[in-house]
Amino acid sequence: MDESALFLIELGAVILALGVMARLAGRLGISPIPLYLLAGLALGEGGVFPVITSEGFIEFGAELGVIFLLLMLGLEYSARELVQGVRSVASVGLADFLLNFTPGFVAGIVLDLGLVPAVFFGGVTYVSSTGIVAKLLEDLGWSGNRETPVVLSILVFEDLAMAVLLPILGVLALGSSVSSAVLTVGLAVVVIVGFIGLVSRGGDRLGRLVFHHSDEVSLLSLFGLTLVVAGLAEGVNISAAVGAFLVGIGVSGDSVDRARSLLTPMRDLFAAVFFVFFGLQTDPGDIPEVAVAAITLAIVTGLTKVLVGWWAASRAGVGRQGRLRAGILLVARGEFSIVIAGLAVSVAGGSQLKPLAATYVLIMAIAGPIAAKVADARRKHVILV
Amino acid sequence: MPRIEESALPGVGVRYEFKTDDGRRIGVVHHRTGRRELFVCEPDDTDAAVVNMSLSDEESHALSEALGGSTVVANLANLQQQVEGLAIDWLSIAPGSPYAGKTIADARIRTRSGVSVVAVLRSGETFPSPDPGFAIEPGDTLVVVGTPDGIKQTQEILRTG
Repeated sequence: MDESALFLIELGAVILALGVMARLAGRLGISPIPLYLLAGLALGEGGVFPVITSEGFIEFGAELGVIFLLLMLGLEYSARELVQGVRSVASVGLADFLLNFTPGFVAGIVLDLGLVPAVFFGGVTYVSSTGIVAKLLEDLGWSGNRETPVVLSILVFEDLAMAVLLPILGVLALGSSVSSAVLTVGLAVVVIVGFIGLVSRGGDRLGRLVFHHSDEVSLLSLFGLTLVVAGLAEGVNISAAVGAFLVGIGVSGDSVDRARSLLTPMRDLFAAVFFVFFGLQTDPGDIPEVAVAAITLAIVTGLTKVLVGWWAASRAGVGRQGRLRAGILLVARGEFSIVIAGLAVSVAGGSQLKPLAATYVLIMAIAGPIAAKVADARRKHVILV
Repeated sequence: MPRIEESALPGVGVRYEFKTDDGRRIGVVHHRTGRRELFVCEPDDTDAAVVNMSLSDEESHALSEALGGSTVVANLANLQQQVEGLAIDWLSIAPGSPYAGKTIADARIRTRSGVSVVAVLRSGETFPSPDPGFAIEPGDTLVVVGTPDGIKQTQEILRTG
């Protein structure tokens, strides 16, 4: 068989496998992310059925996956929500960062990953999964609970912190001098803050520019614009992901629903490819030796998240049950931990960072929702029409 | 009227809620997708919702219609625009009105002027389609529908008897 036929069959088989995983996740009522990672592990180097010809395409698809994930994240929030969210939980957000970044960073140092990969790994343990939390709120009917606004504000803080963190990590990954690193990070902060300030005042200019009554025109314009901005951001080392995030923030008002319905299928496809790609790059043979570290870290950072949620909810005057729910909601780590770990590939080389991050996220993406469902197992009538 | 608290749910939508007299929290989450989620909390744990129910746009309207209140008045305002010669007015009951403390039936408004009382507004609350036995109090506002002349007559009746 010629190469292109083989390529199509192989790529099709991978995507079909992802379809099976997504179906299984739906049946089990869990997030599909850990299953995509498992599929990647099985299909990658040292896995049961290594994929070879289509890996180049999957790598490109994975890059698009990160861009779509961050673009859609930006669409979730308006600039005003970001500013308000960050103001309302500044001290909690900072405590969240310190309590959850530090364990990952320390683990990285102890495991001798190197200083820069250790910083990346701190990022992996820091960010909760916005996607998993949103799904849990929906599935468990927790949107009306008193602690929910607090939890969501913490997520907003984390997402914005990530937008600042990604350029810093990017500069660290390049290994550039301190002065150019400071310059890049300074530029990134100016661009992010300036952009958000501009957008929160300017209304939906970007939406009016890009959107058209034809879906085709809107999709092509928005996608093209996002890629250009992402490319420019990458060019000045702010990271493509941050560029895409800013475009998402820039689209507001009525355009958001249009954008979301146009982009969701693309996001689902390419984000799945991104997770499988991360699994592909990880040799499952490396997992046993990092398993103990990953489990220990899972327990520690599970508890630190519960602590953060507990404190934040008690500040908002929520009772004990609600504080516990707030903490447990934040436990899940997912897509953005993998995004950060994925960026680290260039610095991590053959180190244990990838297997450690994959194992850690596997545990947290499964344990978080299970813990939440256990906390929810009480007298309750859920009527979903 | 209880004070409705509004809180932003970033990435989800907006939540409106208030506490009922028996200490339960009740509210609606307006998802950005347009879906409404009705939730009710129990008195012993007001932090957590025990009943959640998703409502579509039409279902939300149907529910608020069934609960009555201001939508009745809003619909009447629409009706007035559609039917020529039909007038709607808000008449307040002065403390000196001969019918303060009496029922709507006592005033015989419909018999004397052909005007219907479709709602009574009392300190922020709305009582839609009041019974003939509904007691009018000073300070109430009657929402009435009829011909412009009939409404003038009703105003007179309420003031002087």
